[in-house]
Amino acid sequence: MSNTQNEWPLWEVFVRPKAGLDHKHCGSLHAPDPKMALQMAREVYTRRLEGTSVWVVRSDQIVASDPADKDMLFDPAEDKVYRHPTFYELPEAVNHM
Amino acid sequence: MTPSIQIPADLRLRYLLRLADACLIHAQRQSEWCGHGPIIEEDMALTNMSLDLIGQARAVLTHVGQLSGKGYDEDQLAFLREERDYLNPTLVELPGRKAGRDFADAMLRNLMVATWMHLWWQRLQASGDTEVAAIAGKAVKEARYHREHASDWVIRLGDGSDESARRMRDALARLWPYGTELFAADEADAAAVASGLGPSRADLQPDWTAAMLAVLAEAKLAAPAPSKFVPTGSQGVHSEHLGYMLAEMQYLQRAYPGGKW
Repeated sequence: MSNTQNEWPLWEVFVRPKAGLDHKHCGSLHAPDPKMALQMAREVYTRRLEGTSVWVVRSDQIVASDPADKDMLFDPAEDKVYRHPTFYELPEAVNHM
Repeated sequence: MTPSIQIPADLRLRYLLRLADACLIHAQRQSEWCGHGPIIEEDMALTNMSLDLIGQARAVLTHVGQLSGKGYDEDQLAFLREERDYLNPTLVELPGRKAGRDFADAMLRNLMVATWMHLWWQRLQASGDTEVAAIAGKAVKEARYHREHASDWVIRLGDGSDESARRMRDALARLWPYGTELFAADEADAAAVASGLGPSRADLQPDWTAAMLAVLAEAKLAAPAPSKFVPTGSQGVHSEHLGYMLAEMQYLQRAYPGGKW
């Protein structure tokens, strides 16, 4: 960590396995600029037919929740089972909602 | 003792072996970077590209083996020929990382080779030999990526720091003269054109030169003057460097004939 000034910035890599599915976060890498970040993501994360599309995002551009706020933010949802739409009888036609 | 195999004298086989051996020897040289890339992502990129090239060589060598009428397989063709029967251009056998050549050298060489191969594969997609056309259809995508990857680096390094630009200039002075051979067509090319197998390599030169000069201009590198030197690797007359490489490549097949894994 002594040399962070000279290090390339970190990028988060998202890969879409096939058309229609979402891009999923799969890892990160260091790269000097967007073009090379994409190229390197392709080299490192799609060698085994994992993807048909790649996104890269500068890690420092991601706004993240504070782990210290986890209890406050997420625990209150725990006992709100009524928020899951499992109490409705769905007609056959929309069974795959 | 595993005897060497002999390739029948045939213009079609000569044409295809030039293609296969360019892939094979370039792959072997470039794979010297495996485990030695400047960063792990580039390490993987160079290894991935070498594997692409080995895949291309395997496909063409398998086809050559079938056409030869001798029942040779890809391993025999890759590993049991005499040095003079390898028909790769000298450019791809020149010393690489193990001999102290730097990353700039590897990138420039790959740019010269991949641009050439990309143009060649593009035209081979229209080959009258359906097997060759099918191999080309797959290889052309790989070659296009190799070309983009290499031009990207040549531009970065040429138009980078004083040090990286100096290294690119040195690589250019070393490698550029070997480009002439990529277009040194002979009767095998003429026969390929006549039979519809593929283009004459000479016909690739205008596009190659234009593409190379465009990348060099963007990299702020001066293109060296055209060279009169024409190396002869694709005639089977190689530099002293190929023999050492073949000794390493062939050791396993000679020591353990027909070895599989």
